[in-house]
Amino acid sequence: MKIAIKNARVVDPRSRLDALRNLFLADGRIAAVTEVSVVPEGFADARQINASNLLVCPGLIDLCARLPDLENELAAAAAGGITTLACPPDTTPPLDEARLVERLRHRSEQSGLARMFPLGALTQGLVGEKLTEMVKLANAGCIAFSQASAPLPDTLVLWRALQYAATFGFSVWLRPKDARLAFEGAAHDGAVAARLGLPGIPVSAETVAIATVLQLARDTGARLHLTRISSAEGIALIRRAREEGQAITCDVGIHHLHLDESEIGYFDTNARFDPPLRSAADRAALSAAAAEGVLAICSDHTPVSDDGKHLPFAEALPGAVGLELLLPLVLRWAKQENIPLTTALARVTCDAAAILGLDAGHLSPGAAADLCIFDPQASWQAGAQTLRTQGKNTPFSGQTLRGRVQMTFINGQLVFSR
Amino acid sequence: MTSAQRNPQLNANGELCHLLSIGGLPREIVVHILDTAESFFEISDRDVKKVPLLRGKSVFNLFFENSTRTRTTFEIAAKRLSADVINLDVARSSTSKGETLLDTIDNLVAMHADTFVVRHATSGAPYLIAEHLARTGRDEVHVVNAGDGRHAHPTQGLLDMYTIRHYKKDFSGLKVAVVGDILHSRVARSDIDALSTLGVEEIRAIGPRTLLPPHLEEMNSACVSGTRVRVFNDMSEGLRDCDVVIMLRLQNERMTGALLPSAREYFRCYGLTPEKLALAKADAIVMHPGPMNRGIEIDSAVADGNQAVILPQVSFGIAVRMAVLSIVAGSGK
Repeated sequence: MKIAIKNARVVDPRSRLDALRNLFLADGRIAAVTEVSVVPEGFADARQINASNLLVCPGLIDLCARLPDLENELAAAAAGGITTLACPPDTTPPLDEARLVERLRHRSEQSGLARMFPLGALTQGLVGEKLTEMVKLANAGCIAFSQASAPLPDTLVLWRALQYAATFGFSVWLRPKDARLAFEGAAHDGAVAARLGLPGIPVSAETVAIATVLQLARDTGARLHLTRISSAEGIALIRRAREEGQAITCDVGIHHLHLDESEIGYFDTNARFDPPLRSAADRAALSAAAAEGVLAICSDHTPVSDDGKHLPFAEALPGAVGLELLLPLVLRWAKQENIPLTTALARVTCDAAAILGLDAGHLSPGAAADLCIFDPQASWQAGAQTLRTQGKNTPFSGQTLRGRVQMTFINGQLVFSR
Repeated sequence: MTSAQRNPQLNANGELCHLLSIGGLPREIVVHILDTAESFFEISDRDVKKVPLLRGKSVFNLFFENSTRTRTTFEIAAKRLSADVINLDVARSSTSKGETLLDTIDNLVAMHADTFVVRHATSGAPYLIAEHLARTGRDEVHVVNAGDGRHAHPTQGLLDMYTIRHYKKDFSGLKVAVVGDILHSRVARSDIDALSTLGVEEIRAIGPRTLLPPHLEEMNSACVSGTRVRVFNDMSEGLRDCDVVIMLRLQNERMTGALLPSAREYFRCYGLTPEKLALAKADAIVMHPGPMNRGIEIDSAVADGNQAVILPQVSFGIAVRMAVLSIVAGSGK
């Protein structure tokens, strides 16, 4: 099947392309990207898509999406232009056995929607005591190993886990959080939590853990990816380690690029996140680091029911939905911070692909035709009516967002169109 | 900020429909509550200690956490306003059967509650209730916060202001010390909110670093009165030339462990003794929200001394709670 997408503004972050182009797909792959006047041989009778006023970029790659209702959430991902995503192991039950991973992969493949890559649990039941059968889990399809948000307070177990993963070259994704310092905390240990009397999570809960993990990764040679960085001091530690030559990657949740602790207002549980939204200065540092490429960006998609949010702030479940908000929020971030689109979209395409070790997230000829086609000018209101995800928990509810996905292609197949 | 967050305590006309926190209340409303309380105060001296303001209304005392003093004074206040008072010891009933907070509220609203007086162990719980009532279109039901977690105890803050105004007449120029476990204290937060709203010169937060929250100096940021919040770890230094000393209760479970080594050492450093009190102004008053730990945060010689106004605070508390209950019930009419 051949498809000709014409007159599109094509943004390919990896090649830094941002120009009007025609894009030709054949056999599920990208055949050519040409000047708008050019039609390669053999595409005269291809299916034509006029993409005037639309923008075409590689399908988004989301480094963290929780998918409690798998089929529904994968459909939401497609509606958000996401063609590849990583699923953290804090499912119910946790992804600590090969059969669970196989079942999840099978179901996602059946759906024909986003390519779903599970992260295996680093320890059994994510309890932080015994290692999982990582080799078996990797064979079942786990792309890396992680504790998700679960703590791993025993540094000896952490050390052994990194050694074992390094034995086989597996990548380990860790959320830097010192469990004792974060204990019972519900918000950033700053002015807002002090005023509202909310138990605080100090920045040192993150920095102490980063320092520990960096040292253990150095000692063991494990491939390390740090997830959901939330503080300026955390960024500073990571920058220093990278300057010293340590090969580590890291990411930030999209909400942390937009919001800070003031979002809590009068105990708004939609502003409860793990890690917490921190100060305005922290947000600015995260934004600068993401602009620079130190951080990739993910949705950290976490559907929470009303029952989980209609609770006193400290008892409410953390997290927000993000699959369908990732693109408009990246666009808003780029606009607000004056970041070129090729740079901003790199954080959710080719950079994320590199972290996953995938040849994806670009539009080079021969690449799988995973595409996100969106109208950068279309505005829409986020809310229960417009979101496909099962969770409606978002601090952006009721807000007008700009940028709406019109079509999503995976392997050259149209999996979503509005 | 993604959404314009209206202060949920005020209705569209800017009237007080719930009392959830003193933080964010306009100064006029705080003064209005104090003035109203003053007009109620003499009722307690009458033979017939009742006015018919809330006749036919039901006030539900909803205490998810134990309390004797606050609940009793709310009950007396509501009864003096001629309301029907229903006391629910929720800590021992519904929630232990697994009912959620909001289900409990819905059931009580179905019993035609007009006002909820709520105490809860978690910061923000009364906001959740007020928001739930608004979301479900029951704006005629009012919520009065009787203490939520570490966050606020607004009627205590107001009765403390009533007490200060009674003895000092004017707030401007006052130096007020708040001593002890500010980190865990909802009373301290409400006092700091109220004192900065009413424009005292200086609030001095005194305590060991383990019991002081971060960013205390910024706690007056919401107000434009120019009140300064200063932090002192040395009690003697902090008490010097103060007009008012507010002592906070130290919870038993915090006396030994990682926050403090012992009650004895705490008393030595932060207990209010006659010697330390002598550093404050000669006419300084000493306040305490009760119940007191004699010999831990306060020496009996001070607690029973002529500068202590701890018992008058309790009497003023009834008048203040009458004022609050009548004002919120009168909103939106």
